[in-house]
Amino acid sequence: MAVAVTNTMKKNHELAKILAAASCALVGGLSTAHAEESWDVDSAFLLYSESDGRVSAAEPVISATRNYDSETSLNFKLVADTLTGASPNGATPSDQVQTFTSPSGNGSYSAAAGEQPLDDTFRDTRVALSSNWAAPINRDWAYGVGGYVSKEHDYQSLGVSSSLSRYLNQKNTTLTLGLGASSDTINPEGGVPTGLFQVPEDASSSEFTQRNDSESKSIMDAVFGITQVVNRNTIMQFNYSINTSSGYLTDPYKILSVIDDDSTGNNYGGNYTVNNRNVYLYEKRPDSRLKQSLYWQTKHQFENNDILDVSYRYMFDDWGVTSHTVDAKYRFRFNNQYLEPQLRWYTQSKADFYSRYLDSSAYTEVDFASADYRLGDLDTYTIGLRYGYQFADETEFYTRFSLYHQESSGDDGYGKLTSQELYPGLDAAMLMVGYKF
Amino acid sequence: MSKRFVLLSLVGVVITTTGCSEMGVKAWERETLAQQEMSLINEPVESSLNDHVYFSKEASSGGQGFGGGGCGCN
Repeated sequence: MAVAVTNTMKKNHELAKILAAASCALVGGLSTAHAEESWDVDSAFLLYSESDGRVSAAEPVISATRNYDSETSLNFKLVADTLTGASPNGATPSDQVQTFTSPSGNGSYSAAAGEQPLDDTFRDTRVALSSNWAAPINRDWAYGVGGYVSKEHDYQSLGVSSSLSRYLNQKNTTLTLGLGASSDTINPEGGVPTGLFQVPEDASSSEFTQRNDSESKSIMDAVFGITQVVNRNTIMQFNYSINTSSGYLTDPYKILSVIDDDSTGNNYGGNYTVNNRNVYLYEKRPDSRLKQSLYWQTKHQFENNDILDVSYRYMFDDWGVTSHTVDAKYRFRFNNQYLEPQLRWYTQSKADFYSRYLDSSAYTEVDFASADYRLGDLDTYTIGLRYGYQFADETEFYTRFSLYHQESSGDDGYGKLTSQELYPGLDAAMLMVGYKF
Repeated sequence: MSKRFVLLSLVGVVITTTGCSEMGVKAWERETLAQQEMSLINEPVESSLNDHVYFSKEASSGGQGFGGGGCGCN
């Protein structure tokens, strides 16, 4: 028995040696034949999970880059993501049970008294494919072109991008102009609802029957950037970017509560009702948005080879949102491993038309309104840690764990509404595992 | 507030560009900067996954690159 095992092990060992020799010869042969040309693949898997049974997502990515020389490359990237869980529908919690029409109009879901109204019909799968080509034109100029396509059951996007770079001061300064355009189509479940119209009881309503199946939006991007080598250990970038969106920018699944603001009645601060039904309105956003941002990033390598990467972004738009983002990473580098703590802080001020709820005395007079907390006053924090291990054959295994926390704030309402939690926070955990080869 | 910020930033850009010719290194001093870890986006896969999460959870996007899109999540 023991002899048999030893023999098998010996055989396996010899087989392994032969295979290793053969693969070395093969890899060696390949690497001499194509000394400059190589494929670099980065594959990763992200798990994202929110607290309280809200959204969870699984997202595999594979990115493959063909390097023709140090400046010429072709990249393909494929991303898939699957979302499940529940998402806030925009309505306020109430001291009564609330029942909501599902987006398709063919069902309903409810929220218990004092509970956040969450739409649990929310689920989606997205697949996105992008490709990018980058190459030099001559000693002083380089360019890049790219394309993008993505598909979800209720959303499609098609985009193109291009960039032109000019090197100056012996390549110590690089000026880059990037332009991008995309065309998106939204075909919401149940059709496109009428903004600021009362959510009907079911799909038999005339509001449902007159709906369009789809809407579209177009997005244009321009980025102007300066990259500057500061010294042999430091590089800095400064970008100005402008992004315009036009078309249907509303979230078809988000609604707003109308709250009774008659301070003399006994329903002050409760849900406003007409014919014994709570009044909820579909949200409506303007049909254009212009965002501008200033971005600064610096990377510095210390004497001990550790790397500090810090960035700051200031963004403002014509919806009244302004935001600040600070992101910092510090990579401790050891022989063939690294450990990278990461911190991110983000704060935004609300859009002009953001409203947690609408008053019953004035809801017919608003032009635009959304109770989407992502357009409200919001602070978010991310803390993360990335670890990587580089093998002798230059492949790398890496993993990253991070926690994301959101805090919303705003006006607390009146009457009965003040006892409801209008701005719940959100916690999410993210785990990424990847392999580069 | 935002206008003043833009003005200050423009002044910053002018100072940076005019000062740029004074900065920099010679070709043989690029050993450190040439490391893949020193490129501005050295982990593009992680960056794109993060951008996607933040795009779907916050009102801002872009800055380092394009403003994002191609997703019904926002």
